[in-house]
This record gives sequence, C-alpha cells and structure tokens, in this order.
Amino acid sequence: MTFWRMLNLEGRAGAIMLAALVAMALLTPWIAPGDPLAITGEPMLRPFASSAHIFGTDRLGRDVLAGLLHGTRTTLLVACFSAAVALIVGSIIGTLAGYLGGLADTVLMRMTEAFQTVPSFLLALAAVSVTGPSVPTLIFAISLGTWTQAARVTRAEVLSLRERDFVAAARTLGMRPLEIAFREVLPNAFGPTASLAAISVAAAILIEAALSFLGFGDPNRVTWGSMIAEGRTVLRAAPYLSIVPGVALVVTVLGVHLLGRGLSRTERLQP
Amino acid sequence: MYISVDRDKLREHQKLRLTPEFSLPPLVSFFLRRLATALPVLAVVLVGSFLVLEAASGDAVDAYVARSGSMDAEQIAQLRQEWGLDQGPAHRFKAYASALARGDLGWSTAFERPVASVILERLPITLLLMGVATALAFVLGSLLGVIAGAYLGSFRDRFLSTSSLALYAVPGFWLGLVLIVIFAVDLRWLPSGGIESVASGKTGPARVADIGAHLILPVASLAMVYLALYLRLMRDRMSEIWRDPFVNALKARGLSRRRIVWRHVARNAVLPVVTMLGLQAAAMLGGSVVVESVFAIPGFGRLAAEAVARRDTPLLLGVILGSAITVIIVNLLVDLAYGKLDPRVRVGR
Repeated sequence: MTFWRMLNLEGRAGAIMLAALVAMALLTPWIAPGDPLAITGEPMLRPFASSAHIFGTDRLGRDVLAGLLHGTRTTLLVACFSAAVALIVGSIIGTLAGYLGGLADTVLMRMTEAFQTVPSFLLALAAVSVTGPSVPTLIFAISLGTWTQAARVTRAEVLSLRERDFVAAARTLGMRPLEIAFREVLPNAFGPTASLAAISVAAAILIEAALSFLGFGDPNRVTWGSMIAEGRTVLRAAPYLSIVPGVALVVTVLGVHLLGRGLSRTERLQP
Repeated sequence: MYISVDRDKLREHQKLRLTPEFSLPPLVSFFLRRLATALPVLAVVLVGSFLVLEAASGDAVDAYVARSGSMDAEQIAQLRQEWGLDQGPAHRFKAYASALARGDLGWSTAFERPVASVILERLPITLLLMGVATALAFVLGSLLGVIAGAYLGSFRDRFLSTSSLALYAVPGFWLGLVLIVIFAVDLRWLPSGGIESVASGKTGPARVADIGAHLILPVASLAMVYLALYLRLMRDRMSEIWRDPFVNALKARGLSRRRIVWRHVARNAVLPVVTMLGLQAAAMLGGSVVVESVFAIPGFGRLAAEAVARRDTPLLLGVILGSAITVIIVNLLVDLAYGKLDPRVRVGR
C-alpha cells in the first residue's frame, strides 16, 4: 500500500488501468476459452446486439471480445519483454562505453549513433523480414531499435559515477575493471535508466501494433494491430472492428504513460 | 592568471589570422566536421544492415521464381549469376560498396528498375508529408504549449496537459483510420487515400489544391503525436523557466505579463523543442511507413513495407541507407536553425 500512497492521481489512474489489463490477460483462459481465431458465430454482428458476442464478431464470425483479450496477452508479453531486453542491453553497453572510455567508448557510441540514425520501426521491419515473425523474434526486432536511449542515459550516469570514491575504493580492493563496472557502477547507474521503462514499454506496444497492422506480426496469434488491419478491409461497413482494438491500444499506452509519470514524480520528491 | 589565459587565446587567434590557408569559413568547417562524424555512422549502418539482410533465408531470385512460377534449375542458376548472388558475402559487399561509391544502389528486383531511381521518385512525397506534419506539430504544439504554460495550474493548463497526454497515446495509423471513417466515409469531405486524384488532368493551382486536400488526413494522423509531445515539452520547460530568477527581475522592472510570457519565457522554452525536432526525425520517418500504407500514398515510407513484403533486399538496403542520410541531413538543418535562434550557440565556433 505504500506504493499506492506514493503515487499521485495520474499515477493511480495509470496503475488501475494497467492492473485491469493484466487481470484481463491472466483471466483470458476462463473468460474466453478456446482459440480466438476460431469462427464462433454469424459474421459482422454489431456490438451489444447479441449476448453471446458482447463486442460483436468480425467479417468471418470470430468473437471480437475473445480477440481483444488474447490480444492483451500478446501485447503485454511482447512489450514487457522487449522493453526489458532494451533496458538490459542498453545499460550494459552504456556501462561499458562510459566506464572503459577511450576507443571502446568511441566505437560503442558510434554504433549507438548508427542505430539511432535508422528509424527504429524500419529496423524492426528489416529484422522481422530476416528472422520471420514469431513472438521471440518480434521481441528481438523491437528491442533492436529501442536500446539506444538506455545506452545513452546509462553512459552519462556512469561518466559521473566513475570518479566517485566508492569506485576508487573498489579499485584499491583489487577488483578487476569489468567487475567494478558491472558490480559497483552499473547498479548505481540503473536508476535513471529504469525511469525509461515506461517510455520503452509504450514504444514497444506501438511498434508491435504497427508491425502486426502491416501484416508482419505473428500469424498464429491475435494482436490488436492485426485486428485493426482485419477490420480495415470492411472499414465502410463495420468501422467498429478497427476502432475497438485501437481504443484498447490507446488505453494501454495511456495507462503506461500515466503510471510512468506518476512514478518519476515520486522519485523526484525523494532526495 | 586570467590575463595569461587571455594572452594565450589571443596568440592562438592571431596565429589563425596570420595563416589564412587554415581558416575556413565557419560554415564550411562546420559542414566538414559534421561530415567527419556522419561518414563513420553511415559506414556502420551500411555494414550492419548488409550483414543482417545477408542472413535472411531466401534471396531475390527465390522471390522472383516464386512470382514468375515457371523456371528450371539452369535458368535459376543463370539468374543468380547475373544478379551476382552466386558469390560469397565478402565479394558481394565489395561490389555493393564500390557501386555505392558511384551513386549506384543496385537493382530493385520488385520494381525492375535501379533502386536509386525508385527512391528518388518516392522520397519527395514523404519529405513533403513529413515537412508539413513537422511544421504543423511544431507551430500548433508550441503555441498551445505557451497557452498552457502561461498560467500554470489554471484550467486551460490542466485541460491541455491532460489531453496532450491522451493524444500522445494514440497510434498514428489508427488515428488515420478513424479520420478516414469520419471525414472520408461519413462526411465525404476529403479523399480517403492516394496523393492526388487519378487521371484528373488537373494542372497548376488546381493540382496543388488537389494534393493539399489529399494531404490533410495523412498529415493530421502523422503530426498529432508530435503536436502532443511538443506541447508537453514547451509547457514543462516553461514551468521550469518561471522559477528562474530572471523572470522576477523582469517582473520587478514592470514588464507586462504578455511580454514576459512571449518574449522571455516562451523564447527560452522553444529551444529544447527545436532540438527535439531533429531527434524526432527518425521516429517520424518510421511513422510515415505505416501512415503511408493506411492512406495508400506512394511514398518512401511505404517503399520499406513493399521491399520487405516482396523480399527485395537491395531496395530495403537502399531504403535504410536513404533514411539514415535523410535523418542526418535533417539534424544538420536543425542545428543550423538552432544557432540562428540561440545566440549563445554559433555554428563554427
């Protein structure tokens, strides 16, 4: 409950939204059992027209609610893992560049710059085209374009930390440079990097949605992006098929941003 | 102590003055320095994407055979040899790099044309789209940001801040679909896709108006996220500047609030927004991939999706390089503009 009290109004709203989404994702096997890609009713039922299909059905007769729920799982899975990979890889590269300095720093930062020069969505697209679409490759592809910010932030933090006394103390103790970098400096530099988590998760959700909207997502899973793309073919007759999953996307990303802002506010209050 | 430092600097300065062959105009040396950092970055992009795309299973010949349907093994081998795909990766990279040095980006197997000509044909449309979207997002975003930041904590500040946060969560491609439903399907005010009316025979101002009408929805769906971002950035920066002592000095001198807001607080707050313009260039180019697909605009962004869908590796490589160069040039222009806006930062010093 202390966590709850730490948050401001915005942060609490975000926490509630995300908690609801996680609950939805966890309870999916009970609310909407079976394959969400299976045809379960008449095609193109309007929302709220039938009690068996509250959100209606798509043009093939698949339940929209089941798609939404299973989409929540895919979205949260891909977004959380790719944000985690991006933050971990970014902080490792940032620590190496910042702590080692010299040639290693130059090479690693030029590499980071190169990754930042190419749009991260384009990188993800190219990576998926090479590896083929599946959940692990999507996670890899998305984190390929999003680790750079974490690397830059960690490097800046490490540069200011490495002259501190505790690093000198570790050196006097006889620790090896890489040991100092990862056991002493990195844990202390991780705070500012962790505050990028919300932005990374939100970016990952949007990239995943855009990839599956273009048809480069995992074909065996329902995602919100693929539902929007599916609904687009009947946009004139049934716009709700594209609009409903998009609302789910907006709510999720908004929840992540709200919680992230709420957390960073409370962090700033503590010295 | 201070004097001696000044003398050193003076001597340094005079030395430069006395040797005119080493003092380039500031703008030229600025460009040279930027080129020196941009070239290694481009080289990393080139080698990296070449190696990654090399790892793809199936090459352009496989895709070509799959599309044409009927080819025997001998023809396939001949085609591989013709396109240089029978050689090792190192040899092919050397061939690609030396062709690139002559401005040749290779042959697009999907379009049956040189990659460079496909890209040059598509790029202006995307630059127009991005340019208009950036201008709109920057002007409206920073104006609304000033309105929100002028009276912190007021109703309009809270209203604008909250709605910008909501807007920031809206994916551009979905916004595009919603705008199509509203303005093209229901109201029938605007066209739902394309860059201009097909075979309309329009010329001159009529054609410009036609393209403008086609651009409204894509520009809106591309720009909204950035509008929200710039609004927030402007407002947050202004809230920091209000706490700065120089604002109190201005108030004490009796300047009107309007003058303090616009001439002093807003002017200082706009600088990080300008920096952000450059940082967001890559993201916006990525966003244009999806937005152009939604609106069926034959632009550079959609080319990326087409290259992936049709397994056209040379084209995808060209698109990646082209977008990297675009991003570098946009950042260069932003830095030049920054120097104009902020007298403390001057190019070439």
